Amino acid sequence: MKRLNISAAILTIVTVACALLWAFPLYWAVITTLKNEYEVVEPGIGLWPKIWTLGGYLYVITNTQIGRWYLNSFVTSGAVTILVLMISAACGYALSQLRFPGRTILWLIILASFMVPIQTLIVTHFILMNDFGFINRWAGVVLPQLIVPVAIIIYKQFFDQIPREYREAALIDGASEYQLFFRVFLPMNWGITTALAIITFIGAWNNFLWPFLVVTEQDMMNVTVGITQVHDAFGVQYARNLSGAVLAALPVALAYLLFQRRVTEAIMLSAGIKG
Amino acid sequence: MKFGRREITAAYVLVAPFVIAYLVLFIYPTFKMVELSFTNAPLIGAGDWVGFANYIKLSKDNLFIQAALHTGYFVLLTVIPTTLIGLAIAMMVSRLNGWLQSLVLAAFFLPYILPVTVVYLIWTWMLDLQFGIAQYAIELFHGSRVAVFRDRYWAMPTVAFVTIWWTNGFNVLLFIAGLRNISQDIYDAAALDGASRWQMFRNITWPLVWPVTALVLTIQLILQLKIFDQIYLFTQGGPFNSTYVMVQFIYKNAFQLNRGGYAATVAVALFAVIVVVSVLQYQVLRVRGGRS
Repeated sequence: MKRLNISAAILTIVTVACALLWAFPLYWAVITTLKNEYEVVEPGIGLWPKIWTLGGYLYVITNTQIGRWYLNSFVTSGAVTILVLMISAACGYALSQLRFPGRTILWLIILASFMVPIQTLIVTHFILMNDFGFINRWAGVVLPQLIVPVAIIIYKQFFDQIPREYREAALIDGASEYQLFFRVFLPMNWGITTALAIITFIGAWNNFLWPFLVVTEQDMMNVTVGITQVHDAFGVQYARNLSGAVLAALPVALAYLLFQRRVTEAIMLSAGIKG
Repeated sequence: MKFGRREITAAYVLVAPFVIAYLVLFIYPTFKMVELSFTNAPLIGAGDWVGFANYIKLSKDNLFIQAALHTGYFVLLTVIPTTLIGLAIAMMVSRLNGWLQSLVLAAFFLPYILPVTVVYLIWTWMLDLQFGIAQYAIELFHGSRVAVFRDRYWAMPTVAFVTIWWTNGFNVLLFIAGLRNISQDIYDAAALDGASRWQMFRNITWPLVWPVTALVLTIQLILQLKIFDQIYLFTQGGPFNSTYVMVQFIYKNAFQLNRGGYAATVAVALFAVIVVVSVLQYQVLRVRGGRS
């Protein structure tokens, strides 16, 4: 018994050591931003700044358009989140609770699109957005990110758990179809809606390829694209570069730390595993 | 079947936004992509119908073949390692409990929610030839410092390593859920019979967690076939095209060389590959559904 305890303790220590090592680059990046540029390039490993400074952050805030980039990121990611959830909740509800011609075929199409690689459409998406005049516009960033079949699948699964009698009873009480959806069914799935909202927002915020392609003007860039411009403009200035990186990651890191359980729940759901 | 008229109207109103978005942003671009692949059009503007010329050119394009091989190499370097590392970490994390477990899990998971550009900035700093802290580790094992992203042998494995660090948290989550579904009773019974740790892993954990393993493998495979962001940021496909991959081939032809038609041809090829792999994935998932 005693031997088992010792080996268990060793295993725990190894686990914790691996976790520390895994997270170390994050710590190292943050601590680098709090040093001045001279200290950053000193030889050796300075795990703690000798002189604390916010100079890197001040530089990024005053010398780049990061405020503007933040606005772009918030507007486009917020719009993607709201639109995807509205489109998916409505469609998932109709597929689950209503009976209409074409229902089965629509459901099969959505299931099949689950597998389709939307990223391979970058060329024609660009042409389409150009036809609409949406290059370097928020709308151009948002639109191609709206096709998320998995959100519909998740909503349908959840609405499926509610028996149809429920709907019929509410209809007899005089509720209209739309009241039923907005006042009764949508609030029942509030948990799912928040979980999906958080990961959709994180996904849109983190998306690189499309926002990078469709925006060429600096002041229309998302913050995740913009911070690579700091890099190009100032060469090797690691405290500054990483300050930009920390600022760009802050909203998603906070969203995760505040809503850890919701984030994990949503990830399990999108992968098709009920946690 | 009889439909209520009011119900049908409501249903069509509710599915309309998705159907419209789907037609405009998915069906139309897909057909347009196929059409484009049979023309010599630039990115913006019309071109002439050239039949299968692009496809014939593609099959002889040395750079495309290289890009396909490099994509395969990247898949090889990431998919199986990340799955095994994910399982190992999940097993380590799931034997802990309480606040220690949440903390350790957060440490492994946090990189996954970061934007790719942040990952890029962190690791260019970590691996900086002169000042990077990870160079101490490279010195230790390799004997000397390496400019990893400028070395044709180191570049791809390094990008793969960073990718695993970045995305592994996702796999860990799925594996933890899978491990949680294995009843403790089975382990207790095996322990009574005097089974060793390895025997328990080999005969209980591995077979029972296999459905999740298959899921992780296929998700990773599809994801890594579409690799672009990290490679573009770290190496732009270099050095000497040693990290040049499929999506980059599309990007370069469309947006830098202004060959819309040819880029669309590559996109069609990649699209087809991913759909085939996805159908295989669907089969795997069906097997999994049948079991549980």
